Amino acid sequence: MEALELARWQFGITTIYHFLFVPLTIGLSLIVAVLQTMWYRTGKHEYLQATQFFGKLFLINFAMGVVTGIVQEFQFGMNWSEYSTFVGDVFGAPLAMEALIAFFFESTFIGLWIFGWHRLPRLVHLGCIWIVAIGTNLSAYFILAANAWMRHPVGFEVNPDTGRAELTSIWAILSNDQAWSTYLHTVSAAFVTAGLFVVAVSAFKLWRNLRHNDTGTPGVTPPERDRPLFRGTLRLGLVVTLLAGALVVVSGDHQAKLAAEYEPMKLAAAEALWETEEGADFSAFAVGDVEEQYNPIDITIPEVLSFLATGTFDGEVHGMTNLQEAYEELYGPGDYIPNVFVVYWSFRLMMGLGLFGIGVAALGLLLTARGRLPQQRWFYYAAIAALPAALAANIFGWILTEMGRQPWTVHGQLLTAQSVSPGVSLTSVAISLTAFTLIYALLAVIEAGLLWRYVKKGPSHVVPDKHDEDETSAGDRTDAGTSDVPHFAY
Amino acid sequence: MELTTIWFLAIAILWTGYFVLEGFDFGVGILLPVVGRNNNTDRRVLINTIGPVWDGNEVWLITAVGATFAAFPAWYGSMLSGFYLPMLLILLALIGRGVAFEYRHKGDTDAWRRGWDATIIAGSAIPAFLWGLIFANMLRGLPMDADHVVTAHLSDLLNPYALLGGVATFTLFTLHGAVFLSLKTDGAVRYRARRAAVASAAVAAPALVGFVAWTHMAHGSDTTGPLAVVAAGALAIGVVLSLRGREGWSFTATATSVLSLSALLFASLFPDVLPSSTDPAHSLTITNAASAEYTLTVMSWIAVVFLPLVLLYQSWSYWVFRQRVTRRHVDPTASDSDSDSGSTAAATDPAHRAGSTDTAPGTQ
Ligand code: HDD
Ligand code: HEM
Ligand code: HEM
Repeated sequence: MEALELARWQFGITTIYHFLFVPLTIGLSLIVAVLQTMWYRTGKHEYLQATQFFGKLFLINFAMGVVTGIVQEFQFGMNWSEYSTFVGDVFGAPLAMEALIAFFFESTFIGLWIFGWHRLPRLVHLGCIWIVAIGTNLSAYFILAANAWMRHPVGFEVNPDTGRAELTSIWAILSNDQAWSTYLHTVSAAFVTAGLFVVAVSAFKLWRNLRHNDTGTPGVTPPERDRPLFRGTLRLGLVVTLLAGALVVVSGDHQAKLAAEYEPMKLAAAEALWETEEGADFSAFAVGDVEEQYNPIDITIPEVLSFLATGTFDGEVHGMTNLQEAYEELYGPGDYIPNVFVVYWSFRLMMGLGLFGIGVAALGLLLTARGRLPQQRWFYYAAIAALPAALAANIFGWILTEMGRQPWTVHGQLLTAQSVSPGVSLTSVAISLTAFTLIYALLAVIEAGLLWRYVKKGPSHVVPDKHDEDETSAGDRTDAGTSDVPHFAY
Repeated sequence: MELTTIWFLAIAILWTGYFVLEGFDFGVGILLPVVGRNNNTDRRVLINTIGPVWDGNEVWLITAVGATFAAFPAWYGSMLSGFYLPMLLILLALIGRGVAFEYRHKGDTDAWRRGWDATIIAGSAIPAFLWGLIFANMLRGLPMDADHVVTAHLSDLLNPYALLGGVATFTLFTLHGAVFLSLKTDGAVRYRARRAAVASAAVAAPALVGFVAWTHMAHGSDTTGPLAVVAAGALAIGVVLSLRGREGWSFTATATSVLSLSALLFASLFPDVLPSSTDPAHSLTITNAASAEYTLTVMSWIAVVFLPLVLLYQSWSYWVFRQRVTRRHVDPTASDSDSDSGSTAAATDPAHRAGSTDTAPGTQ
């Protein structure tokens, strides 16, 4: 066991964990902003309830995104100091820009939004959540540009004296086709996920109130009162998911084409393609033999891989065996084939699980058309299951991206094995890996518990129903403070 | 001025902003059990004073570290890997603390609240101490070879100078937080905050004087003398003003003290960024740790445009939340006075909660 191995595990665990919250933050911030805009324009009480209800869930999630993000920023220096020194010129710039341009915006305006309900004029307060939403969506660009650079390094030169990469064009980094393509794919995947979050929560509430068609216990809002609200948010979530879903597929296709161009080894591994082929088939299910470099079992769809990679059905797709030879010639002896099993299955799980969610969204829109509510129980199960599926699809997408890039951290420039901090001992990394894993596991349980609690209590817990109060005080609930949990005060 | 010097300065400004701002919210966290007593309403008052701003304050740290990565990659790599365990503890503390602020009020059992309160207290106390320890060690130097690989053991970090540095930042931040609380609250809480200010000053003053004197003598230059004097003097003035009830000015003074301390540390470090205790020839300096000129130029433009913007809207946010936070803000059934508030000069009349009683600067 080496420090390198543990550092990789730590990077994988902490980053995957960060990325459980990131898609929800990206998508929900905008969805909440839209809901609040609808409230601002119509003054309808349900919109206020929906804003604060989903706003609350958004905040529970947001907190986790923030605290896990700090770890990301520190761990490049802690575990990957050689990497940091090599790429800092290039990679540090977008990271610093992200903090200066986007994080300041988000963190300041989220505070104003949470505490500003009664202190700011309504329009200014609405502006705050929009700034948070835009800032969040902006911030993703910088970090993804940094990540894309590692997969397709542009706009730099390696200084022969220092052995470090030096930036020659910031514009090249920010306009890298890999950067904007990754951005489109990741952000649309984030909206798929956030859309399905809204769908799953709404479906859960609607399903419960179909089941208990009673007036409920005293003190708890009769469930059917929430029905119009959740039918509305269900539709909103479905629409967001489907629109974003179309973009995910288009941009995913583009990602595959870029991979074919810039990281052919990744694509070959993702398809378990050993020999270079023209008119290559898309593999649907394969059992491979990595030692012998062939697939004893391979169920394929003819020529689809060539189309995915090149846009034509008879295009040439490089295979791993051939690429390995070419790389050895170019970079010297070594193993340039990533973990085929992981990369191959991540690709399929990403597509499969993500498309399942998008399919649920398409179906849901049909079933809820013209004011209807689905009566089929299985639909509600599927809608709820779509959320974990989408989160998993995001994770598998990143595993594909990152594991497929191995053995490189910066493609063609720096190997992962050369990136690690030389002065950090195995013990230190083991301590931090254990500490993060434990604290993250604990926080996951707490977070899930809180979300559950707030979902169960429903919107009338956050903003009481209209019938229970006089007309004008709707906006002043926090100060009245009659409910047991104050809404937007700590 | 050289671009590398400008970026050293920019990073010093970011760290200073971080210490001045997060300094007081660490202080508030540390004082939770003291000023907030065992009273949930009062504890919520305390947390509410920093609720809207702590995350924005923390981004100063994120930006400082990000800017170090971009402008001095070797400094970033050697510092973070060199201070591995203290950095790990800081990260764990900041994780717990950030989540605690958001989650504490979302449960309603006592055990839930007590757990999060402990997290807030530890999450504030640990970094408040460790930043002093880390910066003192940075001045002192770490065992580092010609390739800038740091091989520091825990025992290298625990030396008297660094421990004193830790105590100095811990107590100074506590004092800063206490003064902040007396400025931002009213009634019994305000009264207790003032007493906490005096008590923490009793430790902060000697610790800070010792630390700045040692720093100046061991690592300083001509310019650092005045900074050391201002750091210590502002603390003393802050306490006197606090005793006189001039809370706005008192906060200005403690902020000046934190600012001067941070300036002193960076002035003493310059032009090194991480000295090597193995051999001074192996030290990281602003020249050999820096990025190439092009990166620094690009970053300069970004900073020139965005840093003033950040200052503008963060100030606005402090302005929006300039009011004093009282018990009535978090619990409408609570009264703003209790037994020990009788002796305070501060108004206990709820009408004063609009904060109109204090027009001194520093309220923002
Ligand atoms: C809801 C989530 C989701 C869904 C439904 C999809 N993806 Fe995806 N995919 C991601 C979520 C994602 C991701 C997590 O966002 C990744 C990781 C890095 C990135 O850019 O996006 C990703 C990466 C990623 C990559 C790797 C890019 C690289 O390493 O250079 C490829 C080739 C694709 N995707 C292709 C597709 C195709 C062809 C899809 C469907 C037909 C698809 N993805 C659906
Ligand atoms: C946010 C979603 C991300 C996920 C889920 C993710 C996942 C992973 C995983 C699983 C590994 C381990 C690979 C292995 O062990 O073979 C890894 C490695 C790595 N990734 Fe990513 N990654 C993400 C984003 C990023 C970003 C944005 C960057 C750069 C800014 C990045 C840079 C790296 C680096 C430096 C390593 C360590 C070296 C290595 O093992 O490749 N990752 N990531
Ligand atoms: C591995 C590289 C990454 C680093 C160094 C990083 C850094 C950070 C930091 C420091 C924060 C906390 C900001 C705060 O305190 O307000 C954060 C939060 C966040 N990050 Fe990451 N992150 C990484 C990966 C990503 C990726 C790949 C995305 C999006 C595609 C992303 C999007 C976000 C979002 C939306 C938040 C929460 C909102 C906020 O910024 O406050 N991050 N990240």
